[in-house]
Amino acid sequence: MKRFAALITQLEETTKTLQKTKAIAAYLQSVPDQDRLWCVTLFSGRRPKRVITSRQMREWASAASGWPLWLLEDSYAVVGDLGETIALVLPSPETEIEKSLSEWINDLRALASLDVEKKRNFILASWNSLGGPERFVFNKLITSGFRVGVSQKLMARAVAQVAKKTETEIAHRLMGNWHPDETTWYDLIEAEDLRVDLSRPYPFFLSSALESSPQSLGAPSDWGAEWKWDGIRGQVIIRGGSCFTWSRGEELVTQKFPEFEKFPDFLPDGTVLDGEILVWQDEHPLPFNKLQTRIGRKSVSKSILENAPVILYAYDLLEWRGEDIREQPYQERRKLLEDILSSTSPSLPLRLSPSIAFSDWISLAKTRSKARKNYAEGLILKKMNSLYEVGRKKGPWWKWKLDPFNIDAVMIYAQAGHGRRANLYTDFTFAVWQGSELVPLTKAYSGLTDAEFREISGWVRRNTLQRFGPVRQVTPEHVFEIAFEGIHESQRHKSGVALRFPRMARWRHDKKPHEANTIGDLKDLLKTYG
Amino acid sequence: MNRDAVLNFSPSGIYCPAGDFYIDPWRPVERALITHGHADHARKGHKYYLSTDIAAPVLKHRLGHITLETLRYSEIRQIGSARVSFHPAGHVPGSAQIRIKVGGEAWVISGDYKLEDDGLSTAFDPVSCHSFVTECTFGLPVFRWQSQAQVFQEINKWWANNAANGIVSVVGAYGLGKAQRLLCGLDLSIGKVLTHGAIEGTNRVMRAQGIVLPETEQITPETDRKGNGSTLILAPPSALQSTWERRFGDTSNAFASGWMGLRGVRRRRSVDRGFVISDHADWDGLNAAISATGAENIYVTHGYTDVFSKWLSSKGYHSEVVPSRFTGTSVDDEEVE
Repeated sequence: MKRFAALITQLEETTKTLQKTKAIAAYLQSVPDQDRLWCVTLFSGRRPKRVITSRQMREWASAASGWPLWLLEDSYAVVGDLGETIALVLPSPETEIEKSLSEWINDLRALASLDVEKKRNFILASWNSLGGPERFVFNKLITSGFRVGVSQKLMARAVAQVAKKTETEIAHRLMGNWHPDETTWYDLIEAEDLRVDLSRPYPFFLSSALESSPQSLGAPSDWGAEWKWDGIRGQVIIRGGSCFTWSRGEELVTQKFPEFEKFPDFLPDGTVLDGEILVWQDEHPLPFNKLQTRIGRKSVSKSILENAPVILYAYDLLEWRGEDIREQPYQERRKLLEDILSSTSPSLPLRLSPSIAFSDWISLAKTRSKARKNYAEGLILKKMNSLYEVGRKKGPWWKWKLDPFNIDAVMIYAQAGHGRRANLYTDFTFAVWQGSELVPLTKAYSGLTDAEFREISGWVRRNTLQRFGPVRQVTPEHVFEIAFEGIHESQRHKSGVALRFPRMARWRHDKKPHEANTIGDLKDLLKTYG
Repeated sequence: MNRDAVLNFSPSGIYCPAGDFYIDPWRPVERALITHGHADHARKGHKYYLSTDIAAPVLKHRLGHITLETLRYSEIRQIGSARVSFHPAGHVPGSAQIRIKVGGEAWVISGDYKLEDDGLSTAFDPVSCHSFVTECTFGLPVFRWQSQAQVFQEINKWWANNAANGIVSVVGAYGLGKAQRLLCGLDLSIGKVLTHGAIEGTNRVMRAQGIVLPETEQITPETDRKGNGSTLILAPPSALQSTWERRFGDTSNAFASGWMGLRGVRRRRSVDRGFVISDHADWDGLNAAISATGAENIYVTHGYTDVFSKWLSSKGYHSEVVPSRFTGTSVDDEEVE
């Protein structure tokens, strides 16, 4: 595993993607197929089945290091990564064992059938025989996926170099439901026929935020426009008489959306649709918080199906009658999609996300301003001749969202971050006025620069009124502009409202706490937009 | 025993009523005893300053015209009914722990300290006392330092590798202490060391007081920026990844700090390399230092105070956290490390 640990170290020691790609390619070229396969598995966010619980890891690390459990827990809260924390607190190893990456993984997996005592002995012996970087990697093999700043794109590029194939093809091959036990490096990467896995999705093509005016995009006639929906981006695959639903996070979510099960009765095999999964009522979508009731559940109950029924609002067609049509221009894919959906029954939870006709940018801007009335967050602009590409690529697709809502709120609690933000106060709670009282409204974590986080952290340290565990109550002195995408009624929040995607837009040094907004202001927003 | 008879923690800082003075106060006071010259310990605006003789030149350089008296290490000064002495803290040249004895009761304020002898600062000297006020910037068992020889070996290896590839090496380090410590550990057979003006200013002050530092060349507008790749540049952390760094063409950058022991902080800094080298005591160092004082009462400040205090209590000490509002105005703990 020395070589794999060295790769991880190399990846962490550079911020340059060219060097990262080179390092991964060099690793893949130097190790046997089984290790290559596991490397790709780990870097694509897949992981071996967990055989040791986090609780067991902590207790055994406490025993091995001699530090009390609470001290380990408190250290973990700062470090933000259990595998790293344990690697750091253990004493230096007394022996040395060298096994390959796949040997370690197989040894760990073999623990599944053993009793706790045997598991414990194996883990303690392993810790005592691995040096710093290897010990960290070993812990990561047990706990979770590797986050080493390697994007799917970067890995596809490295694999493409080694396999001498195009990046697009590799990106597609790496999608879907494969597992190292059921495939080989050859089948996954090199074999000619990549249709073995019926559920394999295509990589999503993502739009970029439009920051300049749309006039910069050229002639309006070259562009198509659609509403931008606030749901879950999904890819629905009909192959072999079955239906598979993938979320944009590349999670197979078929079971969460049983509504789509009937698609194969109405659409031919070899159909792949790209669209938005939305909760649907009276022929219009409901806000995202309605959809939230279904996320995070493996299966859905009858009452949820009744209260929050979903549809697929389709806006693209990636495969038709078994043929990959991603290289056809958008307007042709769109036309085909319209033809297909025009003849499907309205009882099917499948609709065509309408295109928006426009002749000039100014009239389109007017349409955009009505997005909220149309249950949308803005517009998506797609170049008529654009291909369906891989990942986020600037140019062919733009999201042109509405400006967010803004309110001014007072910071009342602060909590230190962990991981990348260890030793800084980054997690804040903000409040608005209800009479002469400040009522907690929302938390926000992002939006400030590192320099601002450093400044506010120093201030928090000096202005703590009370501590509740890791949370510090601070003097209500600083006003922040909070930007958010939507507002909904909520029983769970003291203020009675929940904000969608809140973040800190600005530190309002120019405002005093009494100038912050009130609950009344938010209730007004709720009335208009909730 | 009424410990508050010796020191108390006031809104202006740590105060000694018996001598009517403060230690590293953060609001302007009449009489201030200063442990060392870092910005969160030595502030402007006090009427009378007292520091070690070795710390004095940097204090004057940083604070301008101040009324400053000095003491040698271990020299005893009677102030009111308090007997005061300064003892080596090993943090940066001239840094001190301050011992205050009133009646039969001895207190020591650690200031910032490290136990490893860096070869530049007067090495840390444990001072026995009844009550010890200690920093605990790195008071978690995840912080354990390698020897500086090992870290210097890593740094020199990185520098040599960059030099072989024609890439300029840029190291971010705090201008007082860390920069000079690194300078003394660099292998000058690899190439030339250039310095940012902010660091060279302190170098000049230290050389003038007789501290021997290897040769450096300050970067000026006339410096040949393209130069050759074997150069290593010492710069304040704020200069990393700035337009200032980019002017040197193809560079590899590194940050030298105890915080670099955490992957998360390394990622946040997004430098190419993070070298784990600190002028603060690590976990083992803090515990060793506390034990060596023989003190029963431990007051903790600066750092993971809650956790560290709980740890000390579990080991049988009487431990308290110095209230955080009174520990100073360090805007950025990273910058003071």
